[in-house]
Amino acid sequence: MATPILELENVNKSFGPIDVLHDITLNVHPGEVLCLLGDNGAGKSTLIKVFAGVHKPTSGTVRFEGEPVVFNNPREAADLGIATVHQFGGTFPLMSIGRSFFVGREPTKGFGPFKIYDRKTANSIAVKAVREFGITRIDDGDRLIGGLSGGERQSLAIARAVHFGARVLILDEPTAALGVKEAAHVLRIVLEARRRGLAVIFITHNVIHAMTVGDHFAVLIKGAKAADFRKGEKSREEITDLMAGGEAMAELEAEIESYSTAHSGHPPQV
Amino acid sequence: MNNLSFGNLLRRPEAGAFLGLAGVLVFFVAFGSTKFLETAGAASWLNVAANLGIVALPIGLLMIAGELDISIGAMIPAGSMTVAVLSGHYDLPIWIGILGALSVGLCIGLINGILVVRTAVPSLIVTLGTLFAVQGLMLGASVLVTGTTSVALTAAPWAKFFFGQFLGGSFQVIILWWIAITALFIFFIHYSPYGNWIFAMGGDKVSARNAGIPTNRLTIILFVLSATSASFVGMCQAILFNSAQVSGGMTFIFNSIISVVVGGVLLTGGFGSIIGIFFGTITFAVVNQGIYFTTFDRNWSSLIIGVMLLLAVLMNNTFRQMALSYAPKKKK
Ligand SMILES: Nc1ncnc2c1ncn2[C@@H]1O[C@H](COP(=O)(O)OP(=O)(O)O)[C@@H](O)[C@H]1O
Ligand SMILES: [Mg+2]
Repeated sequence: MATPILELENVNKSFGPIDVLHDITLNVHPGEVLCLLGDNGAGKSTLIKVFAGVHKPTSGTVRFEGEPVVFNNPREAADLGIATVHQFGGTFPLMSIGRSFFVGREPTKGFGPFKIYDRKTANSIAVKAVREFGITRIDDGDRLIGGLSGGERQSLAIARAVHFGARVLILDEPTAALGVKEAAHVLRIVLEARRRGLAVIFITHNVIHAMTVGDHFAVLIKGAKAADFRKGEKSREEITDLMAGGEAMAELEAEIESYSTAHSGHPPQV
Repeated sequence: MNNLSFGNLLRRPEAGAFLGLAGVLVFFVAFGSTKFLETAGAASWLNVAANLGIVALPIGLLMIAGELDISIGAMIPAGSMTVAVLSGHYDLPIWIGILGALSVGLCIGLINGILVVRTAVPSLIVTLGTLFAVQGLMLGASVLVTGTTSVALTAAPWAKFFFGQFLGGSFQVIILWWIAITALFIFFIHYSPYGNWIFAMGGDKVSARNAGIPTNRLTIILFVLSATSASFVGMCQAILFNSAQVSGGMTFIFNSIISVVVGGVLLTGGFGSIIGIFFGTITFAVVNQGIYFTTFDRNWSSLIIGVMLLLAVLMNNTFRQMALSYAPKKKK
């Protein structure tokens, strides 16, 4: 197989006395979606922050295209094309689509001290970039970000990352707060990013979302990698069990079952 | 910008300031006379607006960026005292006094900015500290050096001409400075690419930093701007009135915040406009001075300002909602 674009080798991460990640070895290839699964607090966000240069590993190696790298800050990771899109798109609710798309990289016209922000160009490029991802409801770059739906914001943020040359797209629970239709939008955009040859690291709680887009899956339990498998190697039930830590789910099922028998078939009231 | 319809105006940050100004103008014409729009009347509120406006602009920018600076209350007397002590008490050339006053602003601004960036202390607290520290320093140093808390100053004619003359008998020359500074700010905030950075910082500082915006440097620059602007206003006042007092300046803290909020800047950052702050300042000054042209007692002006502030905040919330939910109908 070709060289992975990003790779962790025996990575540990502790915050003072708290060990969060244990001996993680993991890789992702261009044109592939890696799904990170795991319960709350399993260390998924910490893991992607190591990829994104927010945290330095306590020990172990991060490799980019086979070469060991040390990111001193998120900027250095971003310069290699590693882009993180946060939940809710991490954008600016009261800024226009065009302005927020180009934050920090504003297009200008004019020269010398009279360079001015080129609103027309910014708006048209931003709108074109999202529309290429299939979000056709966005057609005016002057609209404010806060007026977009959650899925549209995510899509805009992803389109922005891709437009500025991202090669690895890191998405931390992009579908967690979204309705069914909205989530479908985001999943379609993940697939479009993959089609364009990006490596995507996708964190989710939702096994169905993961199975829809994933090529490669890793399950984290209490900071350790509990499973690492490829598409088609495990069933939905197996993955759900793994995520819940196996026994926990079996216990819950047993509990519900005994409750139902005791209450003539009614499920427990929550 | 694009089509200037009424609906589009309402969605802009300065919408409340325009309506507020229209409202107070109608109010004072109805209850007073049109006298306050004539030369002498206009001068009274334009003078107030200009002195306040030069401070309100950078305060507004800080607020857009998600910060606050209340140390300006001490920076205005610090500016006047510095120029008066250097060029009045010590008789040094006036340019040394002017440079001195601006340097004091620069230093305190740097201290504010660096403290805010380096510590996790909110800027309200940091600048509350420097407010009292600078006030105490000025008082102590003034008594130590001059033996009084009020110093006379006779500025050279050129300094009078640029910073302290009355145009047409009653308009302070600082009005021209205010207009020029406003124009500069409009360019930098709304036309140059840097304005975008300030809005982004106020919207979401972490995302802004991740997008490559030098948020720390920008924050420090904004604090330097506000402290220096305040010391500039103090310096102009000392040159105009030929004297400086240690007291005074505290009213600028609240008045500038009111002007900025009436001007449509969101207290929590990320939203606002220079032209809004400009008209918010005029609105404040008209209420502050307009009361003298009515039969009402002067004390009522605070009531009007309070009600106006609340109305402005409510209106601005509504307009912001309109801006957020705005989706263009298919035109063309
Ligand atoms: N900066 C930090 N300092 C100390 N502990 C942290 C820090 N960041 C995360 N943790 C801890 O690491 C564990 C994993 O967190 P996280 O990576 O956010 O989990 P997940 O994203 O899988 O829900 C949690 O117990 C959390 O409290
Ligand atoms: Mg998380």
